[in-house]
Amino acid sequence: MHDDTPTDEHARLILPRWRESPPGTHPPLDAPAYRSTALRHPRRQLDRLPQTLTEVTGPRFSFRRVEAGEEDLTAQHDGEPLGERIVVHGRVLDGDGRPVPETLVEIWQANAAGRYRHAGDRHPAPLDPHFTGVGRCITDAEGRYRFVTIKPGAYPWGNHHNAWRPAHIHFSLLGRAFTQRLVSQMYFPGDPLFAFDPIWGSVSDPRIRERMVSAFDLDQSLPGRALAYRWDIILRGPAATPIDPHHS
Amino acid sequence: MSTDAAPAGTAAAPGETPSQTVGPYLHIGLPWPEGPFAVSPETPGAIRLHGIVRDGAGDPIPDALVESWQADPDGGFAHVARRPDATDHHQRPFPSFRGFGRSATDADGRFAIVTLKPGPVPWPSDLPADGPPPIRQAPHVDLSIFARGLLHRVVTRCYFGDEPAANERDPVLRAIDPARRETLIATPTADGYRLDIHLQGPDETVFFAL
Ligand SMILES: [Fe+3]
Repeated sequence: MHDDTPTDEHARLILPRWRESPPGTHPPLDAPAYRSTALRHPRRQLDRLPQTLTEVTGPRFSFRRVEAGEEDLTAQHDGEPLGERIVVHGRVLDGDGRPVPETLVEIWQANAAGRYRHAGDRHPAPLDPHFTGVGRCITDAEGRYRFVTIKPGAYPWGNHHNAWRPAHIHFSLLGRAFTQRLVSQMYFPGDPLFAFDPIWGSVSDPRIRERMVSAFDLDQSLPGRALAYRWDIILRGPAATPIDPHHS
Repeated sequence: MSTDAAPAGTAAAPGETPSQTVGPYLHIGLPWPEGPFAVSPETPGAIRLHGIVRDGAGDPIPDALVESWQADPDGGFAHVARRPDATDHHQRPFPSFRGFGRSATDADGRFAIVTLKPGPVPWPSDLPADGPPPIRQAPHVDLSIFARGLLHRVVTRCYFGDEPAANERDPVLRAIDPARRETLIATPTADGYRLDIHLQGPDETVFFAL
């Protein structure tokens, strides 16, 4: 059992640590096809930050941050939003397959027409007065999360000629330690825009890329009401328990 | 809710989910009203930790998010959230301190987090450091920066300009090229400290791999 509570025995501080992400897991900061990276990626080699108490601990907002109803994006207004109602659910796990319980999951997304409720979104598609596109929930003891929302539309962006983002939902996960923090995007299976999207393509290994695609899930679909998609999110896992050099 | 019994990952450990950018519309999803307040602003000793996030051309970045995580003034961590109605078994010295702050940048690239200055944090016994144990790290705040154009967060640390002696002994600072250490050291101001973050360029901030 991996216990993420630091120990301070005999005034010796031995911490649980988190393993490094295998190479290729995360996209490079410099990805020329995604033009906004050009002036925003560090050019210097990253220094290595040892995992000390600050890094192996992290905020917990399990009880305070989320209000009832924040997990249902179709019920936040007086009327029903337009579009295809969907259930999005899954588990948050660590790299050893253990659930990550009681952690905050936040999502934001475009509406069914591909438009965000944001002053900066100039896409001439309609806003939906009944859709904000923001949801939050807390994982349960088995790491499960679940949202009810609207399938977001694809939308155009200015990266290159005729650039369109595949439909996606933005996800933010606090995890249980500073090292586990993750922001990602969930995609839908079989999207024809994948091949043309440099953000999707920034993860170069096709097998790793597939981890961002949800699976259609008939079992969890609500008869007469909503189709379901399942997406498990895998955060960094714990490293092997460190050996105390003073005790051996 | 799903009731499937077989937990994922029992057969083979699942692979980590890749990071993706927060994109240009993070402001609809991530800011919270209380996000910038790692501590209630009425708390004695509350400081503003603020600055501007800039790109490689020196321009402010209006679609970035800065998150902070840090020890309290005694060097302890608000590690476990408590139910608001729970009675604490231990008297907490800084009752409203959460250790965590989140500030989106404004149109001028500015972020600001209201917090307490952290205390020194012990250095783990199993990590190398020059000097006899116990070694204490200088007061510091860990920062994550997210933005459109950043496919993965970048991580840095904020140290404090009025702690020269502690900074001089800090094992993390000591491992950094002396010419670049200044990029991690916040300048005292009237109401707190200022640390600008340069994602790229001649003043590029030191960022860390974790
Ligand atoms: Fe988006």
